[in-house]
Formats: sequence, C-alpha cells, structure tokens
Amino acid sequence: MKSTASTVLAKAGPFLGLLVVIALFSIPGETREFFLTYYNFKTIFTQTVIVAIGALGMTMIIVSGGIDLSVGSTVAFTSVVGALLIERGWGAPAAMAAVVLAGGMIGLLNGAAIAGLRMTPFIITLGTLGVARGSAKWLADSQTVNYDDSAINAWMTTSDPFSYALPAGVWVALSLAVVTSLVLRHTVFGRHVFALGSNEATARLCGIPTTRLKVIIYAVAGCFFGVAGLFQLSRLRQGDPTVAVGLELDVIAAVIIGGASLNGGVGTILGSMIGALIMAVLRNGSQQMGWPTYFQEIIIGLVIIVAVFVDRLRQGRQT
Amino acid sequence: MTTTAALRLTGIAKAFGATRALRGVSLEVGPGEVHALIGENGAGKSTLMKVLSGAHQPDAGTMELDGRPFAPSDPHDARVKGVAMIYQELNLALHLSVRENILLGTEPARFGWIDRSAAAAKAREALALLGHEHFELERPVSDYSIASQQVIEIARALLTRPRILIMDEPTSSLTLADTERLFATIKRLRTQGVSIIYISHFLEECRQIADRYTVLKDGETVGSGEMASASLEQIVQWMTGREVKDLYARKLHEPGAIVLEVKTAASPPRLVRGSLQLRAGEIFGLAGLIGAGRTDLLRAVFGLDRLAAGEVCVVGAPDAATSPRARWAQGLGFLSENRKEEGLMLSQSLADNVTLTKLGAFGRLGWINGRRQRSAARHWLEALGVKHRDPLQLAGELSGGNQQKVAIARLLEHPARIFLLDEPTRGIDVGSKAQIYQLIGELAGAGKAVVVVSSYLPELLGLCDTIGVMCRGELCAVRPRAEWTEVEIMHVATGGGK
Repeated sequence: MKSTASTVLAKAGPFLGLLVVIALFSIPGETREFFLTYYNFKTIFTQTVIVAIGALGMTMIIVSGGIDLSVGSTVAFTSVVGALLIERGWGAPAAMAAVVLAGGMIGLLNGAAIAGLRMTPFIITLGTLGVARGSAKWLADSQTVNYDDSAINAWMTTSDPFSYALPAGVWVALSLAVVTSLVLRHTVFGRHVFALGSNEATARLCGIPTTRLKVIIYAVAGCFFGVAGLFQLSRLRQGDPTVAVGLELDVIAAVIIGGASLNGGVGTILGSMIGALIMAVLRNGSQQMGWPTYFQEIIIGLVIIVAVFVDRLRQGRQT
Repeated sequence: MTTTAALRLTGIAKAFGATRALRGVSLEVGPGEVHALIGENGAGKSTLMKVLSGAHQPDAGTMELDGRPFAPSDPHDARVKGVAMIYQELNLALHLSVRENILLGTEPARFGWIDRSAAAAKAREALALLGHEHFELERPVSDYSIASQQVIEIARALLTRPRILIMDEPTSSLTLADTERLFATIKRLRTQGVSIIYISHFLEECRQIADRYTVLKDGETVGSGEMASASLEQIVQWMTGREVKDLYARKLHEPGAIVLEVKTAASPPRLVRGSLQLRAGEIFGLAGLIGAGRTDLLRAVFGLDRLAAGEVCVVGAPDAATSPRARWAQGLGFLSENRKEEGLMLSQSLADNVTLTKLGAFGRLGWINGRRQRSAARHWLEALGVKHRDPLQLAGELSGGNQQKVAIARLLEHPARIFLLDEPTRGIDVGSKAQIYQLIGELAGAGKAVVVVSSYLPELLGLCDTIGVMCRGELCAVRPRAEWTEVEIMHVATGGGK
C-alpha cells in the first residue's frame, strides 16, 4: 500500500488549512474571547453563503476545464432583475425563479458562445463580465433599485439575531452543496464533467457530446450564480448594479484553495466549500484583529499562492 | 577493450523507497561508438539515463567519463561535463526561430543584448556538424517537420560539445525515410568521436545502427556484446525469457460475413480515397508511411473527422448516424494512437477510463452504481493482467504498456464487435506487445473484426489476414497476407504501387 498517510493528508489538506486559520485567530488576546463563539461562526457562515454558492457552479466549470469570469457581474445583474420584479409587485417565489433563470440564461449564452464559436472560456466570460455589468446598470438606470419589502429579505438573517438558528441562506447553500457533490461524483453527467476536463479528446473519442455538455455546464453554473444573486439581493435588501465587483476572484480562489486544478479534471465540492470558509474566516478574523482591509487583501492573496504551492508539492511527491 | 572507455558504469544502484529501480548496472561505451541500450519498459532504462544525465544521484556504484570519475550534481552539470540527452518528446519552443531554439539558454550576449551574428554563426556551425546546413535560421521551428525539429534539438545538444549523447526512442515518431536520415546524422557524429547511447524498442533498428549493445532486465545488466554477431532471438530472450516466434502465435480461422464497408471515403487533406471491406473474424492491417492517411481513414470511419465524400456502412447498424457516439452504439470501438493526449484521462481513475463509453449502463436515471462500475473494470484489468492497485487508481500512475491495456479494456467492456486499433503496440514493452497480439488473435477467433494500423511491418505480417497499403492519402492495394512481403509493402507505400 503506497503511504496511506500521505493519501489521508492529501484528502484532508484544505480541512487542515481551515483548522490552522481558525487556530490562528483563536490565540491572540484581542480575538480570543469572541472569535470562537457560536454567534461569530453564525456570522461567518452567513458571510460565506454567496461565495460558497458561486463556488458550487465554479467547481463544475473548473473541473470541466473551463473558467467563468462573469460571476460578479451575473450576481449584480440577477439581483437587479430580482429587485425590479419585486418592485413591480411579483411575489417572492416567482421573483426567485426569475432571478435563478436570469443567471441560467447568462450561463447558457456563455456556454453556447464557448462551445459554438470554439473560443476560450477566459475570453468569452471576460466579455460577458462587461456585458452583464453594463446590462445591470442599464436596467437599473445606474441607480440602486429599492422596493418596499419582500420575503426574500429574511433569507440572510434570522428574525432574532441572538437566536441559535442559522439563516435560511446557510441551509440552502449546504443542501445545494450536498446535492452538487453527489451529482458530480455519482452521476453520468458528473463523471462526464470530469472526463471533459481531464481530456477533452478522450471525451469526444468515447462518444460524449462535448459541445452540448459544455453548454449545460455553463447554464447550470449560471443558475447557481443566479441563486447567489438572490442571496446578494436578500443581504442588501435592494438591487445594486455595482455590487459584487471582483466576486469571481473570491469564488475562483475558493475553488483553487479547495484543491481543484485550473487544468481541469480535479476538484471537489467539499474542498471548494472549505476554501470559501477559509476566506470568510480570514476576513472575519482580520476585522476582529482590527487589521485594515488592504492587509486582509494581502493575506488572502498570499493564502491562495501558498495553498496552490502546497498542493503542487503534494502532487509532486505522489508521482 | 584496449583503449579507455568513453563511459564506464560499474554496479550502479538506485532505489526509490521500497522500489529498487537499479540493482547493479554495468555499462561500457567506447569512444565514437553507438551503443544500444535495450530492455522492456520498467527494466530501468529511464532511471539509468536520469542517473547519467544528473537528474538522479546513484545510491551505489561508480561512473567514469574518459577514465575520470563522473558524478554530475544536476542535468546542467552533466551537460557541462559532456553528457547531453535528447528526450523522446522534443523540447522546442515552437514559436521561436531555429537560431533561438538552438541557442536557448546559451545565447551569446553583450550587456544583455543578444549578439545575433555570433549566435547565427554558432547555430550554423552546429547544424553543419550534422550535415544540415540548409535550415533557415530565422524561420520559426513550427514550420519544420518533426524529423527536422529533431535535428534542431540535436544541434542544440551539440553546442556543449558532448562526449556522450543519449537518444531516447529517437525514431518513435519518424517515418522510415526520416529514420534513414537520422541514422546518417548519427554516423556522422560517430566519426567525430561522439559516443551515442541509443535507446529503442525496435530491435531491427538497433541492429542497423548500433556497434554494441547492453540488455537491461529488472534493473540489472543481463547481457551485452557486439551487435554484428548478436542474434535477435538471444536478445529477446534476455529481455523477456520468451522466444521470438511465440510473439505472433495464433490460430487460423475462416473470415465470416462482411461487417463494415468503406466506400471511397475521403477526408481532405490527408485522406484522399479509401475503400475496404471488413469481415467478421478478420484482422485487417493498414500499412503505410506516417502521414499516408492511415490514422485519418480510421478517424473518418469512426466519425472523429468529417467525411467529405464516400460512405461508411456498418452492417446491421440500427441507423446511419456517424458521430463517435453513434459509432460506439453501432458496435465500433476506436483505440487512439496517442494514449496520453487522446486515449486516456490520465488524471481519472482506471474504472472511469474503462467504462467511459457506457457509464449510463451502471445504474438508473443517470446515477452510477459505483460498485458495479468498479467490478466491471476490475474484471478486464485482471483479465488483461494490468498491474494496478485497485480500479480507483489514477491512469497516469501506470506504465505505458499497462495504460495501453486500460485503453483496450474500454473497447472490450463496451463491448465492441469492430475494433479499430491505431498503433496498438506503440511505445510499449515486448511483454505487453505479445499479450496484445494474443488478445487480437483471440478477438478474431471469437468472430470480432479488427483493423490494425501499424508502422512495424513484422507485426502486420505476423498478425493480419489481409493487408492494405496506403500511400499519399490513398488506399492503393489490398491483398491477403500471403501475397505481401516487407519489401513489397514498402514498395507500394513509397509510391511504387501505381
């Protein structure tokens, strides 16, 4: 048996990273008392929701060998769409469906352009980043879209801030993560996603309809980004076309920290979720330490590099 | 040997953890000698070359270069001391020019600015040593063929004036004519006192070019001698403990009904015209030079390339669809010549690789029953003798021969009834080759139809019932095996058939 210990280490890598980061903030006197409390973790979980749901779609895309840079713009666009619909009197369920579908539409267009025009995902989604952001501002007339009240508002908070209950968003993110993980691992669709990312030529050779598969992957991921937009709307309680700038980088970082490979074929939902948590814990901890935001940005940047470097060391030793 | 050997290795050992890759290798190469290093995959050739080129340090044993101790600390050190290596996969920057590639890393410069005339002179000198002055120094390397690119790579290696030049499978992607040209280059180098260690699976080739040889098996030197007086049977036996004539052993059988008919198929630019009929139980060989359109014919039949003209009829197929997906459904299976780039998903499990064409069959409503999938994969991995830990191991961790068996297992699991095999034994060791020959024979015996593309003529002549020869995109001649000889095949393949 080839060193079981290193296999375990490889599987647990991101998880150990999370423990290290948590331990880091549990020691200093400034944060010791409040950091390791249930309420703080409730806050961290709530803050993770948007990145985590984005990371679900992004994991699918990255595992399939692609990338999507338009996540932040998609989230802004869909949240504006949601706000406008609610403003016009749509009920929460209908607005919700429309927001998710709007995200799916953008993903569908991305996928169709990538597969149909045979262009690299980087270029297409870089274009969509601009198109979706611009459209959001156009729809919103470059202003925030305010509405009176909606059931959606309650999804990212609990009625009683001191209650133990987690807000709905956390449960939604968690259940979506479980379902996506199972789908990626145990369905024909999921294995085809891995096949496509691992070796597109093999996938084609083995009769996998690669063009159609790509369109589906980006469309489904777009739906996830729509769900993220929904929670963005719920958090802000208004549609803001300038929100979530650069969110795609957080989402990609979460997936990469979680052990996925930008070359495709490698990645897990569990890893990506832990990656998203690591970033949320870093942000939360830095705030409590009173570190300025630029310092947080530097730290998160370094964590990405270290995580990928450690990952490469690990893989280098295996071969 | 009376003179000092250019290179002498004694008792070289190297272990990686529990794996003893080298257990005591001795090797002696004279000055200006072409020395063939022969052994099955996993015999330790690559490790030995990595020790020689400084990439690994030996655990035991001594190395001497021109009578002086030689202990390179890294590949750069080895190059400076006089040992250069040409890898099987070429290492060129395709967008850069010939001159830039030859001088990569050793550019003559003044204050950081490249001295172009000095660089050009050096590049030209290196090419002249090889007798290839005709290269245009400023053209990008990508304009040149693989064979020419190899010359550029050799020219780069010559810049450091090596005493020993190691060539790892240099002809694996060359045509016959290019191989001849490479041999001329090697002979030229030999007259200039450069010793060459020549690694190849093609024994005939070693016999043609090498002066002496050394056979490795399981990390040990098991035999060596003069090439001229060596018998191939003896060498193969040293390598494998098997006799040569066993390689193609198979029973004769009667071909049955026609199962596949290709009518004037064309897929420009490389497939001009190809027609053939394939019968159940028949092994059909496709011979020809590289680029003659053999691969393109198979790809067009399988729907991987668009068919511009002509027709492919699969007898008994439910529909006339031509996509790879439809071809699998019609009972065809395709084995790519390019295991790493097309044949396998190296970063995925053996189970996924074996069952990729039919994942839906292992469960319901799109969900896969992992246990059933693994046990199906395990069945074939064991039947084909693939050395593996478990079906969840990644395909990239296996050796070449075992990877090839995994790729073939996919066709067996599907199961295909018409096998399109493109270079099924390329780059794999003799032991795995013999197993694949036997398997192909068994498939034909069981009534399956097989098309084999191969550049290795003894293989086609030993294995096939019918052989078709392609030349410049056209399938020129199809005859029963008994009517072909190696000479006759080469005659047609080189354009003498019309």
